[in-house]
Amino acid sequence: MQESVRRLLPLAAIAVVVIAAPLLFPDYRTQMALLWVMVIFALTWDVVGGQMGYNSFGNVFFFGVGMYACAVVQRDAGLDYYTGLAVGVAIGTALAVLAAAAIGAGLLGLRGHYFAIGTLGLGIAAAEIAASWDYIGAGAGLVTPVFPGDIQDRTLFYYWLCLIVAVITFFTLRWLYAGRFGLAINAIRDDEDKAEAMGLRTTRYKTVAWCVSAFFLGMTGGLVGNMVGFIDPRDVAFAGATFGVWMVLMAILGGKGTLWGPVIGAAIFHITQELFWTWLLGWQRVALGLLIVLIVVFFPQGILGWLRERRPELFGHRVDAARSGPGRSG
Amino acid sequence: MAGSLLEVRNVSKRFGGVVANREISLDVPEGRIVGLIGPNGSGKTTLFNSIVGHHPIDAGAIRFQGREISTLRVSEIARLGMLRTFQQTRVYDKMTCLQNMRISLPTREVSFFDMFARFSPEVDERAEALLEFTGLYAKRHLRAGDMSFGQQKLLEFAMALMAEPKLLLLDEPTAGINPTLINGLIERLKRVNADLGITLLVIEHNMRVIMNLAQHIYCLAHGELLADGPPERIRDDQRVIDAYLGAH
Repeated sequence: MQESVRRLLPLAAIAVVVIAAPLLFPDYRTQMALLWVMVIFALTWDVVGGQMGYNSFGNVFFFGVGMYACAVVQRDAGLDYYTGLAVGVAIGTALAVLAAAAIGAGLLGLRGHYFAIGTLGLGIAAAEIAASWDYIGAGAGLVTPVFPGDIQDRTLFYYWLCLIVAVITFFTLRWLYAGRFGLAINAIRDDEDKAEAMGLRTTRYKTVAWCVSAFFLGMTGGLVGNMVGFIDPRDVAFAGATFGVWMVLMAILGGKGTLWGPVIGAAIFHITQELFWTWLLGWQRVALGLLIVLIVVFFPQGILGWLRERRPELFGHRVDAARSGPGRSG
Repeated sequence: MAGSLLEVRNVSKRFGGVVANREISLDVPEGRIVGLIGPNGSGKTTLFNSIVGHHPIDAGAIRFQGREISTLRVSEIARLGMLRTFQQTRVYDKMTCLQNMRISLPTREVSFFDMFARFSPEVDERAEALLEFTGLYAKRHLRAGDMSFGQQKLLEFAMALMAEPKLLLLDEPTAGINPTLINGLIERLKRVNADLGITLLVIEHNMRVIMNLAQHIYCLAHGELLADGPPERIRDDQRVIDAYLGAH
């Protein structure tokens, strides 16, 4: 009882803060909503990049697919705002997952650097195609429908949605990592040939992991398109140089292959980035670049990875004093 | 010997101009411990790799429980109940021993949703019992990569047992293990064979170990089958002695 209270207390504190914050600081709602988007980015990247060890630079592709699909449904279906949004997000999510399954069948056969390079092409190709496809607005982009209500309600509405998706993502991944799925993708990360030699269906696990990632990214894409209001193919939807790289950095900063690492990394990264933008205007990109270099040099394992090296007992890695189990003979 | 668990018939494998295995035939009857010996480079590990489907064979047939398996892939063969351990030990080094054991459960899952299954207390109990059997119980929460080579070797052995194979192929199980622990390991291998009913095919360089362990031994030299028979006969076989002393 005492133990469970102590475990739930930090979660409860976080819940109070994230619910009170947009009400107390209405001017920062969009920034705070973007923080949740960053958390989703880092968490979903970590499924494949951290837990499974397949470094992907193409995850932003699923984000863009979800965003465009949702906006096209909203534009063409003739539904009212909220129904259109719901249907759009659902279809965008489904399309992102289908894309992940189809592309995964080809790309997930590659390993190591080859996979990273293959996925890098994915985001770039998608941006170029989107920028020349008239049906989705080509280079001029797409404008999402106007929110029925004032701007304050709009930002609050999207803050709640982003928060809910981030929370669902976090708990879904926590559930997945605790079971067979989590250990299987960890095994693939540590030694894929061994996993195969032990009979694991590695292709199936890899494809599903990639689809889980795409599921939440596609969903988020639909929301972000509407939150931003304007979809640019290169700078918003398939923004490989910003979102695509950031999701990798945030996961690495916090500690890839851990559940909380990407969350912590996203929070630190997003807040520092906003501070740079405020106080170092003109130099914010330079400062961001320096931050990235510092992360890679001093925290190659990330914050949680660094902590685990120094305090393994905090993570439960300890020798048990008992030589044998209770009530068992050797 | 029809009806053997594993039948290897005239298997050949060449790498470029090097013939690693030439027309090798051997039988592993159910419930037995069979040894595979030979000087370095005689093709023992190549034969193992051929059997478990790691690379295609050039000629011959390999049957497991009467079923032709030489065209199946590694993971398919593993799911049939034939597992191998590696000469250079391979465990999942960033995961704890207990996690290594959990993910080594038999992977004969049929439905898609079994991929997301939880681990029951019975699974953990069995994992802990096997860790205790190999003397790793106290280290079950340590990361596998933080343990010594010998301990990783024992963990790999425990993982293989967790997967409940019918046939276990062990590639030099005692290499790198503290000599004082080797007797214990032989004892455990015999118990696994007798109590759990797991058939063993063992590559081993340590003659004392293999003579104590195996009921039947095959000896390879230069990729060819040199001799086979019970340990006493192999020990006294002049061709085997010559091969090991380099006369061949």
